[in-house]
Amino acid sequence: MKTKTLAAMALAGAVASGPALADLVIPDLSYRTGPYAAGGTPFSDGYQDYFNLLNARDGGIGGEPVRIVECETGYNTERGVECYESTKGEGALIYQPLSTGITYQLIPKATADEIPIHTMGYGRTSAANGEVFNWVFNYPANYWDAASVAVNYLLDENGGDLNGKSIALVYHNSAYGKEPIRTLEALSDMHGFELSQLAVDHPGQEQKSQWLQIRRERPDYVLMWGWGVMNQVAVQEAANIGFPMENFIGNWWAGAEHDVTPAGAAANGYKSLNMNRVVDYPVLAEITSLVHDAGNAAGDGSNMGSVLYVRGMYAAMLAAEAIAKAQEIHGVADVTPAMVRDGMEALEITDARMAELGMEGIGPEFSVSCADHGGAGQGLVQQWNASSSTWEPLTDFIAPDDAVISPLVAEDSAAFAAENSITPGCL
Amino acid sequence: MLYREAGDFKTSYVADNQTFPIKFDRIGFWATMVVAFGVIPFLINDYWANAIFVPFLIYAIAAIGLNILTGYCGQVSLGTGGFMAVGAYACYKLMTAFPDVSIIIHIILAGGITAAVGAAFGLPSLRIKGFYLAVATLAAQFFLVWLFNKVSWFYNYSASGQINAPERFVAGFAVTGPNTAPWAQYLICLVFLTLCALIARNLTRGTIGRTWMAIRDMDIAAEIIGVNPLKAKLTAFAVSSFFIGISGALFFAVYLGAVEVGEAFGIQKSFLVLFMIIIGGLGSLFGSFAGAAFLVILPVALKVVGVDWLGWPTDLVAHFQLVIIGALIMFFLIKEPHGLAQLWRLAKEKLRLWPFPY
Repeated sequence: MKTKTLAAMALAGAVASGPALADLVIPDLSYRTGPYAAGGTPFSDGYQDYFNLLNARDGGIGGEPVRIVECETGYNTERGVECYESTKGEGALIYQPLSTGITYQLIPKATADEIPIHTMGYGRTSAANGEVFNWVFNYPANYWDAASVAVNYLLDENGGDLNGKSIALVYHNSAYGKEPIRTLEALSDMHGFELSQLAVDHPGQEQKSQWLQIRRERPDYVLMWGWGVMNQVAVQEAANIGFPMENFIGNWWAGAEHDVTPAGAAANGYKSLNMNRVVDYPVLAEITSLVHDAGNAAGDGSNMGSVLYVRGMYAAMLAAEAIAKAQEIHGVADVTPAMVRDGMEALEITDARMAELGMEGIGPEFSVSCADHGGAGQGLVQQWNASSSTWEPLTDFIAPDDAVISPLVAEDSAAFAAENSITPGCL
Repeated sequence: MLYREAGDFKTSYVADNQTFPIKFDRIGFWATMVVAFGVIPFLINDYWANAIFVPFLIYAIAAIGLNILTGYCGQVSLGTGGFMAVGAYACYKLMTAFPDVSIIIHIILAGGITAAVGAAFGLPSLRIKGFYLAVATLAAQFFLVWLFNKVSWFYNYSASGQINAPERFVAGFAVTGPNTAPWAQYLICLVFLTLCALIARNLTRGTIGRTWMAIRDMDIAAEIIGVNPLKAKLTAFAVSSFFIGISGALFFAVYLGAVEVGEAFGIQKSFLVLFMIIIGGLGSLFGSFAGAAFLVILPVALKVVGVDWLGWPTDLVAHFQLVIIGALIMFFLIKEPHGLAQLWRLAKEKLRLWPFPY
């Protein structure tokens, strides 16, 4: 009996880890547990649901079915490495780790293994320089773009002059939160605003002292680079000290429904950036009918249409388009990671294509090239309306100040290239 | 039958003093060594190295370090994560400041620097003990993490605050950086673990180990019979931190390659190593190995069984893991405070008497 059970288990294991079938393997390094689960869950749901939709509607991409391999990282880098190692052997085509910490781990590993990484609006900003980071893509926008977009928005609000204003940056004390500081410092020199930095330690539940400082110093604006539970606490603390919510702007990882709903009506007027428009796209109805009603929903299906769900779906769309592009370039359906990289580098997202996919205007138009892995870098500003519980877009997509960001990207990527003895060039 | 002392005669003091007095243990030890050095390096792949072996070897070094302090000398410490961070950052600063010096020397020096820092934070142990000392070491944990986050000199002023291990070679083979072969990663950790374990074994058997244990068992009595508490406690902190520093340096340079201090060396790391020695067995080197292996393999095993075989949702398995580890810690604290090592010891006792128990 016992040997039988063991044999059955061994057999099940052999089947599960058996030879890779001819399909497109997309790992999903998700986190549905821990202090960052509130953000990780809807993103992962959207990411998986879109691939499931492609499987149900089109039979995959270019006739090849997509197989999603989910692996729970808990936003923890060690688990992330384990997930990467366990999924790469299955023929993973593209990684989307949704964590700046894990991205920093994976950049050298994936480059050595020649598997592309897509870090959409997070990760290492200077990866926008595709000549140094051949295998890393961070289109459609990165953190430095976000910092510049936020400042451009504030410039717009203040008639083009921020001289003498004060801006406080509340940031997650990690690689993620520290990324925008360099750009904000450059922008502060350029526009004459005063920048103060307030670090919040992981996981971010404790920020009383930071907000007391804000209360004392009364900055004109507060920018926030937060994620997970930190966002909810910050919005609540801002409400507690009576900070005017319309002067409090989060980045695009600090602007989802779950970040503001815990504070209730007090969160009304809180602003955040967004890199994808959230409206009722036709593709969402298709997902509901073809994926959710068929019982294939990722997670519990309750996140449909939320900010991060739509962003996850957007990320999946960009990956699917890159794979389709790769199939077109190389003329084979069963593509390899190296081919997908070529597809990503030749990717072109147009308004017409987004409309065709049932998500008209979800993001800006952009195209990728070997020199530029960063995309358009645009973001919009949205505001929370607590009474209707919706994010209302205030602006169209705002362009960042490339004159500030490009030299910073060039400098940082050159330093990375020198440290790792990389000769910049195209593959 | 196999496992017994009967007939295993010693004719010299050297033979009588050897590490493994029972022949079967010696054979087992050498067999393990042969497999670890001669077989695994040829079979290992990226997954096994990064998911199981390298973390196990590194955590085993950390567990040996903490076990010397807590298990042998009785000084409770919650600063392991902070001391690992000292090792990692010392190694990083040395690697970037002296790129021509061998990484082996850097790792040992990182251990030395951590030993100095550990001894400094061990000073309060002369006045306070038990829970109060735990709180003092907790302060070390938070202070060190804060320091490495705050002072940009430690991470060479990089924009992200991360430290990245540059590529370094030992005898022409890369041991750090992305192009490291899994066997090289495994072997360098294995060599360090073997040396650390040998040093620890011999220290705990000798005078210094006996003074630690005397302090642990009853510090006043120890002082009366002539043990110098200052020397005993500070050496325990220094030796323990030396091992923990080496594990931190390997953790950063060989295993992860890029580290963010709050994430990699936070308080949860201190607890993880503490759980290893609690589950493995306080005051036992074998316990350090067993605890490290258990807590490294358990999450991976649960994931393989739960997600890959049974097809459960990943979040359910991750939550189960927390439940199981929590339950195991309670179980061990209540039922077997001496941990896996005690179970092994009892099994050995039984084996020695088998098949004629009395």
